[in-house]
Amino acid sequence: MVATQSGPNVGSLDTFPRLLLNHARVRGDQPATREKDQGIWQTWTWAEVAHEVRAMACGLAELGFKRGDNLAIIGDNRPRLYWAMCAAQMLGGVAVPLYQDAVGAEMVFVLQDAEIHFAIVEDQEQIDKLLEVKDQCPHLQHILYDDPRGMRHYTQTFIQGLDEVLAMGAIHDKNQPDFISDEVAKGRSDDVGVMLYTSGTTGKPKGVCQTHANFIAAARSGVDFDHLTAAEDVLSYLPMAWVGDHLFSYCQALVSGFTINCPESGDTVMTDLREIGPTYYFAPPRVFENLLTTVMIRMEDASAIKRKLFQHFMTVAKRCGADILDGKSTVSASDRLMYALGNVLVYGPLRNVLGMSRIRVAYTAGAAIGPDLFRFYRSIGVNLKQLYGSTETCAAVCLQPDRQIKFDSVGKPAPGVEVRIAPSGEVQVRGQILFKEYYKRPDATAETMDPEGWFHTGDAGFFDDDGHLKIIDRAKDVGKLANGAMFAPNYIENKLKFFQHIKEAVCFGHDRGMVTAFINIDMGAVGNWAERRGIAYAGYTDLAQKPEVYELIRECVEQVNAELSHDAMVADTQVHRFLILHKELDPDDDELTRTRKVRRGFVAEKYAVLIDALYGGKQSQFIETLVRFEDGRTGKVAADLAIRDVKSFPAVRKAA
Amino acid sequence: MSARKIGEVILDLQNISLRFGGVKALTDISFNVREHEVRAIIGPNGAGKSSMLNVINGVYHPQEGTIIFRGEKRHEMEANAAAKAGFARTFQNIALFKGMSVLDNLMTGRNLKLKTNFLQQAIWWGPARREELENRQKVEEVIDFLEIEHIRKTPVGRLPYGLQKRVELGRALAAEPQILLLDEPMAGMNVEEKQDMCRFILDVNDQFGTTIVLIEHDMGVVMDISDRVVVLDYGKKIGDGTPDEVKNNPEVISAYLGTQH
Repeated sequence: MVATQSGPNVGSLDTFPRLLLNHARVRGDQPATREKDQGIWQTWTWAEVAHEVRAMACGLAELGFKRGDNLAIIGDNRPRLYWAMCAAQMLGGVAVPLYQDAVGAEMVFVLQDAEIHFAIVEDQEQIDKLLEVKDQCPHLQHILYDDPRGMRHYTQTFIQGLDEVLAMGAIHDKNQPDFISDEVAKGRSDDVGVMLYTSGTTGKPKGVCQTHANFIAAARSGVDFDHLTAAEDVLSYLPMAWVGDHLFSYCQALVSGFTINCPESGDTVMTDLREIGPTYYFAPPRVFENLLTTVMIRMEDASAIKRKLFQHFMTVAKRCGADILDGKSTVSASDRLMYALGNVLVYGPLRNVLGMSRIRVAYTAGAAIGPDLFRFYRSIGVNLKQLYGSTETCAAVCLQPDRQIKFDSVGKPAPGVEVRIAPSGEVQVRGQILFKEYYKRPDATAETMDPEGWFHTGDAGFFDDDGHLKIIDRAKDVGKLANGAMFAPNYIENKLKFFQHIKEAVCFGHDRGMVTAFINIDMGAVGNWAERRGIAYAGYTDLAQKPEVYELIRECVEQVNAELSHDAMVADTQVHRFLILHKELDPDDDELTRTRKVRRGFVAEKYAVLIDALYGGKQSQFIETLVRFEDGRTGKVAADLAIRDVKSFPAVRKAA
Repeated sequence: MSARKIGEVILDLQNISLRFGGVKALTDISFNVREHEVRAIIGPNGAGKSSMLNVINGVYHPQEGTIIFRGEKRHEMEANAAAKAGFARTFQNIALFKGMSVLDNLMTGRNLKLKTNFLQQAIWWGPARREELENRQKVEEVIDFLEIEHIRKTPVGRLPYGLQKRVELGRALAAEPQILLLDEPMAGMNVEEKQDMCRFILDVNDQFGTTIVLIEHDMGVVMDISDRVVVLDYGKKIGDGTPDEVKNNPEVISAYLGTQH
C-alpha cells in the first residue's frame, strides 16, 4: 500500500481540502465513506466524495459563506456532516462541530462566541433546538439540514435542505470549475481549519483553534507510528465534536486515505461494528467494559461444555496471551500450542462476536482503563493500546508503541512531540500538534502556553524508567504529604476503583503524615458476593458495615499498597487507614458532579468529622447524614462507622 | 399548524346493525370518514368499537346497513376486497409472528404486492428476485420511518411490548395503506411510549396522507390527535363531532365518564 506522504506532491498536501482532491486523483475509485442506510452499506468513493464536497462548498459560497467564517456542524456521524467540514475548509472557513446531544440552551454560548452565521445540521431535532434559541443568536442566518424527514412544514426561508444546496452548488461547480481550485489554492496550512470547544468543566467553554498544520501533524504522526494504510476501515461513531473522533475519522482518514464507516443509528453501533469489522478502532474504556460484560453474561448462560472450554482457554490466555501479542520470547512451546488451539476454539470466535476480528490497532483514551479489562483484550489477541492527549494537543501527545505495552502508562511521546515534566510535576508539551490559540481568549492562551511554546496540560505525571509517561492526576489535585512526598489522590483512587467491589474512593493526605481513604462499595458486586456466602444484609448501610465486607475491602487496599510500593514516586502514599462510607456518594447530594467525578473539597468538608476520626486514631465514629432522594424528599442515614488499619509495604527499589 | 387538507368523505357507513345471535353488537350506526383525517372511535368496554372496525374491513358482515367506499355502495365489505382497496389494520392484542424477525414480519405486510407465484419465488429467479428487492426497499423505508433499525433482525417475541406494537404498525404501513385501522394502538404503554406512538401516527397521517381510524381509551391522546370523534355506548352512537364538541356533550360525559347529570 502506498502511503500518501511518499507521493510526489508532498509539499503541497498541507491542507485538508488539498488532501481530499489528491485522494480523488490518486485513488478516486477506492471507498472513502460508507454509511448504512435502509439496511445496506452505501459507499462513496474518493472521487464521489470530492465531487460532493466541491458542490457543498460552491453551494455555501453562493449562500454567502466567506473566507474566515465559522460553520457550525451539529448531528450524529453522518457522511455529509464530515464532508461539510471539508467544504467549509475549502472556502477558507472553520468547521465548528457541536455536541449533538446538547440542548438548545447549551448551544447558545458556542453559537454566540463563534459568531455562527451558517449551521449545517442533521435533522429536524437539531433544527428545532436552533429555532428555540435563534433569538439569542443574531448572527445565525442560514440553517441547512441533511435529513428532510419532518421538514415539510418549516416555511422559514433561512432553513434549507442540503439536497437543494448541493444541486445548486453542483451547477455552480460545473460552470466555474476554477472557483474551487482557486479557493483551495488560497488556503494556507497555518489557517485555522477547525475549532473544537472544550467541555467547560471549569468555567465557560473555550474554542480551541487548530490549524491544518496542527491536525495534519498529529494525524501523520499517528499514521506513521502505527503504519496505517489506505486499506484501514474505521467505524465513526463517537461525537464529531470530540477531538478523538475528529482525529481518527476526519484527519487520519484524509491523511492516509482510509475508509470511514458511519453507523445506521446510535442504537445499531454494535451490529454495525460486527458487520464492518474495523481494522483500526477507538473507544473510551466504558465501551470496552460494556462489551466484555455482555460477553460474560452470555457465557454464563452457555452450556456447561462451552463454559468449561471458555474458562480453560481464558486461563491460558491470561497466562500467556498478552506476552505472545507482545512478541516476548519467554513463552513456553506448550503454552504457545495451547494458545494456538484456544485461538481456533475460543479467541477467534470471541473476537468475531465482538467485531474485532480484523483489528490491527485499537486505542482507548479519555479515562483510566482497568488493568484486568485491558489485559483481557490483549490476551485474546486484540492489540489494544492507550494514548494521551487533549483537545489542545490534537489528542496525540503520547502513544503506546507495539510490543511495549504497560497498562498504567500512556506510552512514549509521539514522533515530533516534546514532552517535559515541570518542577511542579506538571506535564508540558511542545510541538507542531499544539493548537494556535483559544478563540478570542488571548488571556487563556497566554495562561496555558508559555513564550517558549510549552503547553501546560494541567496534568501531573512522570516518566518511568523505560521513558513511558505515566499520568497520575490533574495537577491541581496533587498535594504533598507532611514529609514532602508527592500525593496524587486520583492515581490511588483509580487503582482502588479497578477492583469490582469498590465503586468509589476518596483519598486524603495533603499536609498529613499518611494517606487515608473513604470507600464506597459496589452494591451489585458486593451484594452478589455476600449472597454467595450467605451473609444477610438489610441495605447499603448495613452491608457496608459487615466485618466480612471490611475484610474484603482491606484485602483490596492491601493489594493496592503492594502495587504502590513498587513505584518509588508513590511508595510513600500507601493507604494506612480506611473506612467504608454509610451511603453512596451521589450527585443529588452534590458529592459528585453530573459526570460522576468526586467533588473532593465538598466531601472533605461534609465529612470532616470522619477525617478527624481517621487521623485521630479512633476505631469507630458515629455519623448522621441528610440525604436527598430522587423525588426531592430528604431523609437521614446514621451509622457507627468502623475504621480499619491496613498493612503497608516498604518501598521496593527496582533492580536495574 | 398542519398543512394537510382534509378531503371528501371516502367512507360512509349508514345505519349499520350487527347481531351475534340475540346479542346486538351495533345498532343503527351511521358515521363517515373523510380523506386524510384522523377519526377516533371511543366508548366504554363492550361498546362495540372493535366490532365497528371489523365491519369496516369486512371481517364481520352486518345484518343491516350500507357501506359506501369511494362512491361504491355495498351492503358489506369483503375482507380481501378491503385489503386490496387499501385498508390495513393493527389489533388490540398483538397479532405478529413471534418467532420471526421484525424484518420478516414487515415483509408479510407486503403479501398483497407480490405478483410472482410461489414456484418462481422458490427458485428466486428473475422477476421474483426483483420483486423481493423492491419490497425489501419499501420495508426498509418503513423501518427507517419507525426508527426500528436496531431490532431489524430480532425475533419479535423477544421485544418489549411497546416495540411489538410499533412493529405491528410497521407491518400495516408496509402494505402502503390508504386507510389505516388502529385498534387501541396505545393500550398498555407507558407515557413515553404513548408519546412516541402519537408522533408516529401523526407523522404517517401527515407525510403519506393516510386516513386513520383509531380506537383508543386514553382520552388525552384521543383529544390531542383526532380531527373528529365518534362515541359508541352499548352498540349505539351517542356522539359525533370534533374533540371539543364531544367533550362537552352531556350524554357522552354521562356514558363515558360515568357522571350523573
